Amino acid sequence: MTPEELDQIAEDERAEQGKYTERVNVCVAAGCLSCQSQSVKDALDQEVGSRGTKDRCQVKGVGCMGLCSEGPLVSTSNGILYKKVEAADSPAVLDSLAGEPVARLVCPTDVPFFQRQKKIVLENSGVIDPERIEDYIAANGYTALIKALTEMSQREVIDEVTKSGLRGRGGAGYPTGLKWSTVSKSVGAQKYVICNADEGDPGAFMDRSVLESDPHRVLEGMLIAGYAVGASEAYIYVRAEYPLAIKRLRNAIRQAERVGLLGSNICGTRFSFRVDLRLGAGAFVCGEETALIASVEGKRGTPRPRPPYPAMEGLFGKPTLINNVETYANIAPIIRNGGEWYAQVGTEKSKGTKVFALAGRVENTGLVEVPMGISLREMVFEIGGGIPEGRKFKAVQTGGPSGGCLPTDCLDMPVDYESLARAGSIMGSGGMIVMDESSCMVDVAKYFMDFCMTESCGKCIPCRVGTFQMRRILEAIGNMTATEQDLKLLEELCELLKHTSLCGLGQSAPNPVLSTLRSFAEEYRAHIQEHKCPAGVCGQPAGETL
Amino acid sequence: MVSYVAKPVAPSQDKRWKLVDATIRRQGAQPRGLIEALHTVQEAFGYLDVQALRYVAMSLRVPLSRAFGVATFYHFFTLKPAGEHTCVICMGTACYIKGAPQLLDAVRKDLGIAPGETTPDKKVSLLTARCLGSCGLAPAVVYDQEVAGKVSTAAVREHLKKWTVA
Repeated sequence: MTPEELDQIAEDERAEQGKYTERVNVCVAAGCLSCQSQSVKDALDQEVGSRGTKDRCQVKGVGCMGLCSEGPLVSTSNGILYKKVEAADSPAVLDSLAGEPVARLVCPTDVPFFQRQKKIVLENSGVIDPERIEDYIAANGYTALIKALTEMSQREVIDEVTKSGLRGRGGAGYPTGLKWSTVSKSVGAQKYVICNADEGDPGAFMDRSVLESDPHRVLEGMLIAGYAVGASEAYIYVRAEYPLAIKRLRNAIRQAERVGLLGSNICGTRFSFRVDLRLGAGAFVCGEETALIASVEGKRGTPRPRPPYPAMEGLFGKPTLINNVETYANIAPIIRNGGEWYAQVGTEKSKGTKVFALAGRVENTGLVEVPMGISLREMVFEIGGGIPEGRKFKAVQTGGPSGGCLPTDCLDMPVDYESLARAGSIMGSGGMIVMDESSCMVDVAKYFMDFCMTESCGKCIPCRVGTFQMRRILEAIGNMTATEQDLKLLEELCELLKHTSLCGLGQSAPNPVLSTLRSFAEEYRAHIQEHKCPAGVCGQPAGETL
Repeated sequence: MVSYVAKPVAPSQDKRWKLVDATIRRQGAQPRGLIEALHTVQEAFGYLDVQALRYVAMSLRVPLSRAFGVATFYHFFTLKPAGEHTCVICMGTACYIKGAPQLLDAVRKDLGIAPGETTPDKKVSLLTARCLGSCGLAPAVVYDQEVAGKVSTAAVREHLKKWTVA
């Protein structure tokens, strides 16, 4: 593959697409697929066939359009977005291409949910066909790789990433440029690149959506990373629970190999790169980098003490670069447009955009990409459209089991790494779950502690025993049998786990408890002193609470 | 010390072992291929039994204890055969907030089994998932590989009835 050949593919594809004057895009990412979007696409295909307009009307399966709660979503070339489309609606949708929109199906796009977004990672999601490399190339795909390989030195690539201010999107927010630089300076003939696609946080589905909607973008990011740090082999560690993402990744790798964008001597340079998939098997702790490495090596996913950091001694003892899916997905636009361009978006210390999975008790649930520094209020009440059924907002949970619950008085806080940490939560990978007054914070804390207890790998005692004991106390509080003494013990255990656990799982397991203790202490008190659950969740058989 | 170990013989004539062998070969019969090999076994046979674990362990030259350790460490692997149908209830945060515990409770009552168990007539297995990533459609349930969103207690009961009566 030479730069000229790439241009040729792009031109051919654009010419091919230019033949169509009408286009209907159907979302075929997992959210809409489980609302039968495949049958909608098939019906549209059939309808186009029977009308004999196949040569001017294209029906295309595309990635996620964001508003998953209104699926299946269909967009048309005259700029209309339709929601909750059924197979039987296909004649009406096709008729509307040349006439008036179908009023009963129209999904307004002039609302904050769409208008407030800024798309960098998701720029191709909902636009290109995730199963065709040509479509990605026509959308300027792989031009960043060519630019890096032919015009930039390895140092320059790393400098550009450093200049962008990009920080790890997996949650901890470590500066990406610094990580790349460390790996590139590590001595060793063999280095590895790993993509962490083991999205274990319950309530987060950003990575899945990126992999399903634009898998080549992740591959391109990994290729550029491999070039920059001097690695020739890579693994994508992806959850086995995401079969569609796995299928599209496999397909993308095969396509990239076929056109020579993966393999030996890419673009006629000395750079060779191979990517292989490794399937996770359902262990939350494998999001921790040393545990992930153990799992790629075919072992139980237990973490080990750091240092040595994976940048020095990682996979098979070799220097290893590990980044998250979304981090890699940011790389191509940074190289294409320059680090300074990227750094214009966001806040002083948190640059760029972040993809969030908005879910829970909120009107609009789905995937949104917003500039860093947006306020939680805008996220929940403008983009999210507020709380349904006229209920009252109570808290928003970020960071999954390692994060915390942010109450009403945090609503005007900007969403960036530092502000979230100050408020007792973390950015996390981007799950954002809104809760209303029907949720009991003690119950939520118990839910997350239950999760951490089940997911604790058992290697270090503070985490293995501590999470069990904390859950026991939270259960007692929920059953109205706890005492003040128990509450004190709970607080002590929080400190203990935070300071003595081996890895991030144990160290951050107290966060949901600490953050709810801080903001919702009166709920804990009501359970202990008055034997009452203000939300009416605890102490009743589950079936009767709704 | 390098000792030569003959390639073990597959537990049966079943053609599905060829798939397992292919994965083992692709991993160069190295211990690092353990998880990949177990994935293939589970995909082909539906679960991992001791026979399969022993065969994979011997083929990759790892102790049986390590194969067993890995198989029991990861939630995705199961050592028991599943029923004719499976019902997976997502217990992710979004689903939890939107009533997954009530769904689980209803199913437990109807089927008389706990998560991870199969009804005595081997018709239905009940499982829970950490998160399906279908949070926009919470609460979500997977009936035999098919994801259903915004499931109500009545809907899940209705669906299970179809399986248990027929």
